[in-house]
Amino acid sequence: MRPVATRILVPGRPALGPALVLTAPISFWGGVDPKSGRIADVRHPQAGALVSGQVMFLPGTIGSSSAAAVLLELVHAKLAPSALVLDEPDAILLLGLIVAREMGLPVPIAVQLAKAEQGAWAGRQVAIGDDGVMSAV
Amino acid sequence: MAMRIVAETARLMGAPGLIPIDSAHIDGALYHGDSGTLFAEKLVEGGARVGVRATLNVGSIDLTGCSKNRLPAGERAMAARMMAAYRTLGCEATWTCAPYQAGHRPQAGSDVAWGESNAVVFCNSVLGARTNRYGDFLDIACAIAGVAPDYGLHRAQNRLASVIFDVGGLEAGTFAEETIWPVLGALYGRETGTAIGVVAGLPVRPDEDALKAFGAAAASSGSVGLFHMAGVTPEAPDIATCLGGREPQARITVTPAMLADARRRLSTIEAAGHLDAVAIGSPHLSATEFERLERLLAGRRLAVPLYACTGRHALAALEREGRRQALEACGVVIVADTCIVVTPILPTLAGGVLMTNSGKFAHYAPGNTGYGVLYGSLADCVESAVAGRPVFVGEAS
Repeated sequence: MRPVATRILVPGRPALGPALVLTAPISFWGGVDPKSGRIADVRHPQAGALVSGQVMFLPGTIGSSSAAAVLLELVHAKLAPSALVLDEPDAILLLGLIVAREMGLPVPIAVQLAKAEQGAWAGRQVAIGDDGVMSAV
Repeated sequence: MAMRIVAETARLMGAPGLIPIDSAHIDGALYHGDSGTLFAEKLVEGGARVGVRATLNVGSIDLTGCSKNRLPAGERAMAARMMAAYRTLGCEATWTCAPYQAGHRPQAGSDVAWGESNAVVFCNSVLGARTNRYGDFLDIACAIAGVAPDYGLHRAQNRLASVIFDVGGLEAGTFAEETIWPVLGALYGRETGTAIGVVAGLPVRPDEDALKAFGAAAASSGSVGLFHMAGVTPEAPDIATCLGGREPQARITVTPAMLADARRRLSTIEAAGHLDAVAIGSPHLSATEFERLERLLAGRRLAVPLYACTGRHALAALEREGRRQALEACGVVIVADTCIVVTPILPTLAGGVLMTNSGKFAHYAPGNTGYGVLYGSLADCVESAVAGRPVFVGEAS
């Protein structure tokens, strides 16, 4: 696949990891277990999948305003995805990264990529540079 | 630090500037892990205080002592430190997800920074005040800074509907059932997603608890921050007004089959021969909802516990009139300051079955408690708790 330039939403560490492409929107609170790093929403198509260390593609985010707290806790517990790829910026979720940076924690990068373009990355090892360029490795 | 967080969010969301806010509702005092406590204490250490009225959403501990939870001692201590830190920052100890029924009702048209998805949707839709869906951390940062990023639902032109959600084809009798509101809300959230819709064709005028149930279910199944109901909510005197004179981009015509499917999807199990618990009160029960519970229960003894989640605003009246003790004598477990999906109150149980009348509990209980969910009316919930097994009686007031 050809590398693509994404928009950086929250700067962070360059990422390298397997793509986890969600096929339905998710709420981090209630949807991701901050203790195990797995998708806990039994109704979600990717229920049970590990988010830790993955380049996580999100077609949408829903629901609770506690999403940022779960993401911060994942970062704090070293269970965060290695990068977040969002269809559009979501202040509720990304606050978790902004606060993590304020607290001096190493923060995964968050970038924007339209959901229509997310599916093609499934099954690949994905690298995202600190310039936001995403490539398959 | 608070101002940096607000400014960074403004940059992220492309807001051209910041606007002053009148109040905040803070969702950040719920313990998800030590990081949240450390953040709140960092604000306290920096000498921060809220600059506007700030009520608190649920915490992880029932400080009233009505209910017990199973948090390990270490986590309970961190959760208590977190709740204390938010009080030190100057927030009010309301500890409820229904602050709008606890005396915090901002003026229509005013800008506020509210967290907790159901409170946001109620504040925007029913009260007509203006808030985005504030997440943890940003809500307290805005309350301290007294300003918020000026984008999204703070701007009048972004509050117009683009989708008509037409319920005019449903039989009027459908609206006699109280469960129509959470079921319709869950369907609305899934169908409209991030778009703003107007519910049209309602044959009845929902009361405040019905609007609360609709909004909470809509906010849990979709990213709903604002809905309109033609002839009901303040920014929708009629359909044309809340469309801003534009053509709708879509019209969703709700059929009985769609409604039946939405109702089915609120349960995660088809049927169960046994029942372990019943939970109501998401959002927190109002005084009126407690009266309905008492009427349906009629002093009978429960075979399985019924967890009734509420805030201090409703609890105070119950205690004054001796009603809390009467309910508890029947086997009702009152849960104040918190609720059963945010902190471990239910016993851990493989194959546990929970019945609820709340669209929001139905959505979150499977992931957060491990229990399978059966969805029913308040009457179903009470009769099932009395019988000790699932009973579907339909509706009763």
